[in-house]
Amino acid sequence: MSDKNKTSDDALNFKATELRLGLPGSESPERVDQRFLTLKNLCPVSGAKRVFSNAINGSNKWVFSPGSTTDVNSGSVPVKDHKPGVSVKEKKSSAAAPASKAQVVGWPPIRSFRKNTMASSQSQKQGGNTNPETEEKAKSGPETCLYVKVSMEGAPYLRKIDLKTYKSYVELSSALEKMFSCFTIGPFGSHRRCGRDGLNESRLTNLLSGSVYVVTYEDKDSDWMLVGDVPWEMFICSCKKLRIMKSS
Amino acid sequence: MDRRFPFKVLEHIFSFLDVNEDRNSVSMVCKSWFETERRTRKRVFVGNCYAVSPLKVARRFPKMRSLTLKGKPHFADYNLVPDGWGGYAWPWIEAMAARRPLLEEIRLKRMVVTDECLEKIAASFRDFKSLVLTSCEGFSTDGIAAVASTCRKLRDLELRECIVDDLGGDWLTYFPETSTSLASLDFSCLDSEVKLSDLERLLSRSPNLKSLKLNRSVTLDVLASLLRRAPQLVELGTGSFSDELDPEEISKLTKALSELKQLKSLSGLWDLLPEYIPVLYSVCPRLTSLNLSYATVQMPDLIDLLSRCSKLQKLWVMDLIEDKGLKTVALCCKELRELRVFPSGADLDETDVTLTEQGLVSVSEGCQKLESVLYFCVQFTNAALVSIAKNRPNFRCFRLCVMEPFAPDYRTQQPLDEGFKAIVERCKDLRRLSVSGLLTDKAFEYIGVHAKKLRMLSIAFAGDSDLMLHHLLSGCERLKKLEIRDCPFGDTALLENAAKLETMRSLWMSSCFVSFGACKQLSQKMPRLNVEVIDEHPPKTRPDSSPVERIYIYRTVAGPRQDTPEFVWTIHKNPEVGVSRLSIR
Repeated sequence: MSDKNKTSDDALNFKATELRLGLPGSESPERVDQRFLTLKNLCPVSGAKRVFSNAINGSNKWVFSPGSTTDVNSGSVPVKDHKPGVSVKEKKSSAAAPASKAQVVGWPPIRSFRKNTMASSQSQKQGGNTNPETEEKAKSGPETCLYVKVSMEGAPYLRKIDLKTYKSYVELSSALEKMFSCFTIGPFGSHRRCGRDGLNESRLTNLLSGSVYVVTYEDKDSDWMLVGDVPWEMFICSCKKLRIMKSS
Repeated sequence: MDRRFPFKVLEHIFSFLDVNEDRNSVSMVCKSWFETERRTRKRVFVGNCYAVSPLKVARRFPKMRSLTLKGKPHFADYNLVPDGWGGYAWPWIEAMAARRPLLEEIRLKRMVVTDECLEKIAASFRDFKSLVLTSCEGFSTDGIAAVASTCRKLRDLELRECIVDDLGGDWLTYFPETSTSLASLDFSCLDSEVKLSDLERLLSRSPNLKSLKLNRSVTLDVLASLLRRAPQLVELGTGSFSDELDPEEISKLTKALSELKQLKSLSGLWDLLPEYIPVLYSVCPRLTSLNLSYATVQMPDLIDLLSRCSKLQKLWVMDLIEDKGLKTVALCCKELRELRVFPSGADLDETDVTLTEQGLVSVSEGCQKLESVLYFCVQFTNAALVSIAKNRPNFRCFRLCVMEPFAPDYRTQQPLDEGFKAIVERCKDLRRLSVSGLLTDKAFEYIGVHAKKLRMLSIAFAGDSDLMLHHLLSGCERLKKLEIRDCPFGDTALLENAAKLETMRSLWMSSCFVSFGACKQLSQKMPRLNVEVIDEHPPKTRPDSSPVERIYIYRTVAGPRQDTPEFVWTIHKNPEVGVSRLSIR
């Protein structure tokens, strides 16, 4: 789904805030639930309304705002003490600006479709300022990206790539290899390209089966051409679709 | 003495079985019952597309006319499953096209469907009638056009909350002028505009059209004209409801709506303006289903609408309804069976949206038939949960999302253990439960002890230790789907209860403390489970003690899947070389 939170890998960025024993860079020997703990300490109870509304209004990500500065009980682990409520007791006076915000992917659990619909609803209300998130969600405009479908003979699914992200046939070829490698790779791992110049970027060889793949594209006139014949700039202007075929 | 029924008699008896669970039970009695049942099953449901191979399914059910498949795990809805994980429809479509050309209906949920798939469907099934795609992605309006143009007997075309590469509204013109079979059309998730004249013509020649769900680009000024061409509608999803209309247009629209004598279900209503609510009055008394979850109208205007909906059975609404509005619902909507209250994210500084636990308590008191709830609320109390449980022991589905993680009972500061205990104790028929708020292991002990009919459980930010998982896996006998995120437990409970996992459809755990070593152990111990470790950014080396980001475990008779992306680790892959070892069949 395209509205994926791009920082999802950092979403639960507990490593940075984690209390650890041992040398930096080493794995903490005991598995205390530091992540869980950190999350707890970042999270106030009241002020929740505000937190949530900021999140939904501004972006598609839900954001935690840590409450008061003094409430961080990092020493005692409320979780293990079974002391309910202690960990999240907030100070009502927590008017201080949030020191840091942790973003949590997929919380609250609302489907992307709904989030995007509401986001564009609100942006309309704000007098038509387009929300960058909804821009991202909307069809890609021709000026900013150049998505083409890439299909491969024998593959059960196709992919889409943005031609604007590549600067040459070499880059395109290696990207395609990576994307479709599960169909060409045998037990011995990587495959070799024939060693000539530009044109060969369009060939992918499967060592095991010996079949060679060629990359073709459909141009503006709906003709199917071999990739690599024309200069790169001309290619990206005329390419509508890509197809990786077995050359027999 | 051969006491078996003749095949024909059995076949006739089995033809009365339409619930697949019954058919599954029946097919396990003996070989001849298995054979009879499989030859008569028309509607096939596969809850996990990787649990069984398409080929096996195609072979087993020669009379298959309808296939329903589900792909990605439920948490994919909330972006917890990275793109490219899987759930491809193609292998299924290909297999059915080759072996079951009489297939008439395909229903897919959370799957990747390409234009090639849609073209294949159009080309392969000559009697194809019904395509329902829910939360699917990977296709464009070109694929839809292919289905529209080629499937001469097309009856249902429904795209429910799909992510579609919308290349424009042309697809609508691909329905042949001669086609009159359309009964249900749902394009509410598409962005682009369709031409009014195309739509009008389609409606005019579709006398059987009972369900029409427009997209947001269909403006309010054209709605009347569309409705006049489809007065037989039972379900209507409008487009945008906020465009400016002059008094004459308003009166035309009011009249057109009042002509929909069979209308039972209303949805869409994007950005519904309060001044247009009276336009809907005529349809309210007949409505059994109302989806206001995209209607940004607030109180007290909502009361005018809801107080007229005495037959309402299903209501989806935003928290803009507030406690006051839910009180009205409790008073006026005595037939209510299902309620969903979504968060609007309304700017709470400017407006005073007060939706609290009291709203749900009121509805549970007033609506005797209420059995299914999804309720988003900022915080909750044990007392409220206990009241709700006392009022409504007939809940089958109870999903409470306290949006503040770890929020305790805000009056007593206690965890919500006792509240959920009341729910599972009293609601003996509970099939689906989502818990939230501050919860200790005790809550899960209660669930394990009492929730004997529970099939699906969703948990986030809860529990203290491994005990939590242990209670659930050892206690909930009927558990089929368990999904957990951000809970502090790991290996022990998982390994001790490994056998349980074969009785379930799937287990999802993310941001918990399951170690890589435990995943390996589980994989080795349980060959009939696929154990998938999903780490978008796996570390270069993986010591056994390192925690994994996500783990998805499901039972399967199809063996390891061949289409895993790089970021999915299974035991069948060699992690050092980074290469798939194809299994020898």
